[in-house]
Amino acid sequence: MSLPVLDIDRVTKRFGALLANDAVSLSLDRGEVLALLGENGAGKTTLMSILFGHYVADEGEVRVAGPDGRMAPLPPGSPKAAIAAGIGMVHQHFALADSLSAFDNIVLGTEPLWRPWRAPRPERQRLEGLMADSGLAVDLAVPAGRLTVGERQRVEILKALYRDARILVLDEPTAVLTPQEADGLFATLDKLTARGLSVIFISHKLGEVLAVADRVAVLRQGRKVFEAANDGLDRGTLAEAMVGRPLAPPQRPAVRRGPPVLVLDGVGVPGRQGRAGLEAAELTVHAGEVVGIAGVSGNGQEALAAVISGLAAPTAGRVLVDGAPLAPRPAAAVAAGIGRIPEDRHRDGVVGDMSVEENLVLEDLFGPGTQRRGLLRFGAIRRRALKAIADYDVRCPGPAAKVRALSGGNMQKLLLARALEPEPTLVVAAQPSRGLDIGATQAVHARLLAACARGAAVLLISEDLDELMALSDRLYVIFHGRLAEAGSPDALDVRRIGLMMAGQPAEAA
Amino acid sequence: MIRLEPRASVPPLVAAAVPVGAGVAALALAAVPLMLAGVDVGRAFALMAGGALGSTFAVTETLTRATPLVFTGLAAAVAFRARLWNIGGEGQLYAGALAAVAVGAGAVTLPPLLMVPLVVVAGMLAGALLMVVPTIMRTRFGVDEVVTTLLSNFVVVLFVSMMLDGPLKDPMGGGWPQSAPILAEAELPRLVAQTRLHAGLVMALAAALLVYGLDRFTVWGFEARAVGLNPAAARFAGLRVNATFLRVGALSGALAGLAGVSEVIGLKGYLTTDLSPGFGYTGIVVAMLAMLNPLGVVASAVFLAAVFVGADSMGRALGVSTYIASLIVALSLVSMLVGQMFLTWRVRLGRGAAAAGGRP
Repeated sequence: MSLPVLDIDRVTKRFGALLANDAVSLSLDRGEVLALLGENGAGKTTLMSILFGHYVADEGEVRVAGPDGRMAPLPPGSPKAAIAAGIGMVHQHFALADSLSAFDNIVLGTEPLWRPWRAPRPERQRLEGLMADSGLAVDLAVPAGRLTVGERQRVEILKALYRDARILVLDEPTAVLTPQEADGLFATLDKLTARGLSVIFISHKLGEVLAVADRVAVLRQGRKVFEAANDGLDRGTLAEAMVGRPLAPPQRPAVRRGPPVLVLDGVGVPGRQGRAGLEAAELTVHAGEVVGIAGVSGNGQEALAAVISGLAAPTAGRVLVDGAPLAPRPAAAVAAGIGRIPEDRHRDGVVGDMSVEENLVLEDLFGPGTQRRGLLRFGAIRRRALKAIADYDVRCPGPAAKVRALSGGNMQKLLLARALEPEPTLVVAAQPSRGLDIGATQAVHARLLAACARGAAVLLISEDLDELMALSDRLYVIFHGRLAEAGSPDALDVRRIGLMMAGQPAEAA
Repeated sequence: MIRLEPRASVPPLVAAAVPVGAGVAALALAAVPLMLAGVDVGRAFALMAGGALGSTFAVTETLTRATPLVFTGLAAAVAFRARLWNIGGEGQLYAGALAAVAVGAGAVTLPPLLMVPLVVVAGMLAGALLMVVPTIMRTRFGVDEVVTTLLSNFVVVLFVSMMLDGPLKDPMGGGWPQSAPILAEAELPRLVAQTRLHAGLVMALAAALLVYGLDRFTVWGFEARAVGLNPAAARFAGLRVNATFLRVGALSGALAGLAGVSEVIGLKGYLTTDLSPGFGYTGIVVAMLAMLNPLGVVASAVFLAAVFVGADSMGRALGVSTYIASLIVALSLVSMLVGQMFLTWRVRLGRGAAAAGGRP
């Protein structure tokens, strides 16, 4: 028998002219996992922020079951009331104090403010009981900063459970996990829901939604467009509901593999700020092939992208582009014909307070198409921008609009235009679809494959295994700064790659 | 309820209204202490306006006062556009003035056509050098240039004081700590006879036009803006980040140095330690009021100069302390900082205040 624990009733939220939530209704039963799907800007985050009291709905109401099972309206606009009503939230970016122990992080904020001494024993006992019941094991004495990403996520979940959460909202919980860690999370969720916890699971990875959810709801442009029990659903149906139109999978073109363009020969790069560097990396990317680099975040991907982008100098070995050593300067990388898509597009990619056209010429500021005798050629710059905006479908108010106002997808299309328009011989794309919705992701994939079809060598560094499997001709796995070749994705299964991503040697896997 | 929404772009009318509004707000706020001082506020403002703009003489006095402010305002605007926080305009001004008397007060004698450029270049180099050092310290070692440039002001003023009591002291000065007068060949001509207005104003206007052109039309200005707005992206794209900071720092220091040169060879004729009543610091307010626009600097420098000159004459007539001028300058800066909120946010009246700035 289903017992409702949460009832979101026709919630509407406007931001100026934008309708972020349009009479969205959702209900959640005890012990149920509800997956909430939707593209960026579909209204998922707004809805969850209303649930958690960060926003106040313009219309509609949220009702939550009390301990006695009676549904009562949740006071709007109060995170405190939401916590008291048993709603717990685990954000994609964890909110832990690195220098405090796991125990302190969990207990923080629940102790009475005016108690001058601490009596951790009963709290520790209670927490150990929770860990035993839920199967969430963490060393409580270790500072949060020294825990792995998976362990930190467990601390976040324990934090919610410790506050007696009966409804747990997980925002993209697997984005930072290896496939094995994700499996561990799903097993934990099974255990917790069997004990009566209800879960709202926000994701855009369709595979895991199908694996874990009891019911799936899809938001699009603020409206709930789809809701069904997870019974005979398939990826295609969900993807279409999210995007609102049928989708075709990316087609890898049949391209003849050319000579090697990028060769890494025993390259070493020191790590920075606790993130791995590169150790004796051997890598070859040929013209006309897409080589994918799989790995969990922080295993040396940044160092790899940096050393090929001219941002870092190798301390050992050589980086060869078309047979010539690459000078460790970004301008040298551009001159060598490398088209670069940076991992952090806001920080390294665009100057947000400059215009679309200015950002488009940033890498070619000294080229004859941009300046003559030090004077900017405004006409030529404008013409180039208009062409790039049309060719790459950059949706913006115009070439003079500030880039800051663009969506992530359009920002990425702008960067693609800048990197690919000079027809580079080598393309380095780091996490090119991170944070993008399905439509923009498809555009990115199509552009990378088109560059490959033109004969460019493409290096794709990604944490999204689906993306790597779909686009790559050959795959490498990076772990603790070491690169290992895994072969063609057609002959590989995800499990094996997952084990390599967790550091198991290829033979043992 | 009041809600703030982020703006995608700033309408030109709003961009123009904010500094004007800030000036008006500063004057209006200054009425409060005037009232407390027991004077007729209307008469006080009328006297201020008359003192600043009421006669040819008043206008020339205002423009004379505006000349160094244009230079120091440009110095601040150039640096701030690249997010290089040069708070050392005062010190650079004195360094420029010191170089001007070191070269122009007898050490070299050339015909005026060569003498003036020589003194000007010497002053610019001195100012530039003084800003280049903190810039290198920032780009190479990450030393905060706000602190280094601010403190360098005191060091330079004390150094000037030492020089004026030592090697550069005027032997004919009757014991006063002042430099020997500069040679007639190094003096700038007066623009209007019987007034103090000098050719430094022409130099200042030319500098403003030049800086505007540099910023707007050249690769150099593009690079400086990109580096200032996002150094990481500029570096990724292959721009010369450190070289750009150095160039910007040198230009900023040189402009502040010019303020000192122009005061010495255009107005005073010799150097004392009270050459500048804080022109370097006021330059920051000038630049902020101008929203870092080099042409706007001219307008805001004239406005603040008018406040100083007008408050002087009003204070004499009514017996109010002339500190009221400094107060208005400070209030202008505060009003401008508040007013800039309207450039990034759009104020809306309506319900749903809890969602301030929220995005779905």
